[in-house]
Amino acid sequence: MSASLQPPLALLAEVTHRCPMRCVYCSNPLVLEPRSAELDTTTWCRVLDEAAALGCLHVHFSGGEPTARGDLPKLVAQASAAGLYVNLITSGVMLDAATLAPLVAAGLDHVQISFQDVDRMVGERIGGLKGAHARKLAAAALVTDAGLALTLNFVIHRHNADRVAEMIELGRSLQAGRIEVAHVQYYGWGLRNRASLLPTREQLDRVTAEVEAARQRLRGCLVIDYVIPDYWARLPKACMGGWGRRFMLIDPAGRALPCHAATTIPGISFDSVRDCSLNEIWARSPAFQRFRGTSWMPEPCASCERRELDWGGCRCQALALAGDAAATDPVCWKSPRHDALTVLAASESSMPEASFVYRGAPA
Amino acid sequence: MTADSQARMEVRPRLAPHVRLSFDARRQRWVVLAPERLLLPDETAVEVLRRCTGDVSLQDMTDDLAREFDASPEEILADVEALLRDLAEKGIIVA
Repeated sequence: MSASLQPPLALLAEVTHRCPMRCVYCSNPLVLEPRSAELDTTTWCRVLDEAAALGCLHVHFSGGEPTARGDLPKLVAQASAAGLYVNLITSGVMLDAATLAPLVAAGLDHVQISFQDVDRMVGERIGGLKGAHARKLAAAALVTDAGLALTLNFVIHRHNADRVAEMIELGRSLQAGRIEVAHVQYYGWGLRNRASLLPTREQLDRVTAEVEAARQRLRGCLVIDYVIPDYWARLPKACMGGWGRRFMLIDPAGRALPCHAATTIPGISFDSVRDCSLNEIWARSPAFQRFRGTSWMPEPCASCERRELDWGGCRCQALALAGDAAATDPVCWKSPRHDALTVLAASESSMPEASFVYRGAPA
Repeated sequence: MTADSQARMEVRPRLAPHVRLSFDARRQRWVVLAPERLLLPDETAVEVLRRCTGDVSLQDMTDDLAREFDASPEEILADVEALLRDLAEKGIIVA
């Protein structure tokens, strides 16, 4: 590893694409990996050891629904023994006392449970699973009863944006230490359903004000992380903290990706942990080098004073909106496409309700 | 010293549950690991955090650090209290 290349901070272990939920903004790719393509336990254990040795501090088990894998306690134990801080990102619908206990015993540190809404009917329509809400509430209670740290994650769109105060209240009543209020990011299934999900500018402003007020009121009691929808922003987000700078994501089949949506970018081949060590991939994989740093940047990014703050925004978004992954992120006000994006957001957010396209189940 | 400030000096701060102060061998530095968060404390913060065990009172912490850094207890106390307030707001310690 060259002297200037810092090791990754976290490993995102996307252990399966299988999930009983069908959220209309799911960040999984449109083509899901079947169970038969998933990495086996032994390979995951090697990956977790290599991640810790490489310098990762956190591991986030996600999916799909990570608890769909029967070997999850084994993977958690391996990660914990390697010294990683272990986070489980789950829908909660498959979590009961019998599935949670072995995870706790294995050294799990923290659980993030996603809620689609505080309104059961709307939430279950968005998540595509009847009965999910009650199971999530029960799972959250089990997590805190087991003495683990709990985060509630709420994904915001125009059908639930007016209930953020109640969401924060639910987090308080479930004794969460942290809440994520995160607007939908428009990739994968979210991009597919964008016109049915984008909030209006007025909704966004109300959510932002609500979050700000709650942060003041609950300072020291509850940490609230807030993610706005890019489409209404003027500055791009530093996606993943910069391409190939902080995170390494391993997909269910073992491909190492710089971000969730990287496989949508044509012309990049991704190395597999079946063939290479994480160390080799981080240091030498062409995929991780493709948009790392600033040398790939076009103008106006290359000479922008923010180039090492936002690292050029999001490559997958540039691809989705500009048709070119190497273009300036259209979210940035300096992009020639920025005004067109604002027009698109205004138009799609005021469209009449359309039907959602739901993800299917992987084979 | 008022009763309030005396009570304050008896507070024994500790790391919040699920927060870990650990030495990162790869980077050769102390790090704070919390749910989906990473803090890189500076040298002073590390010295304070190492004493946030729930056993060390603010009084002892201040005296100890004043000796270690050869500074006046008043000066150290102000710094330590500001730091503890910030860490408490971030959910890293409970005091």
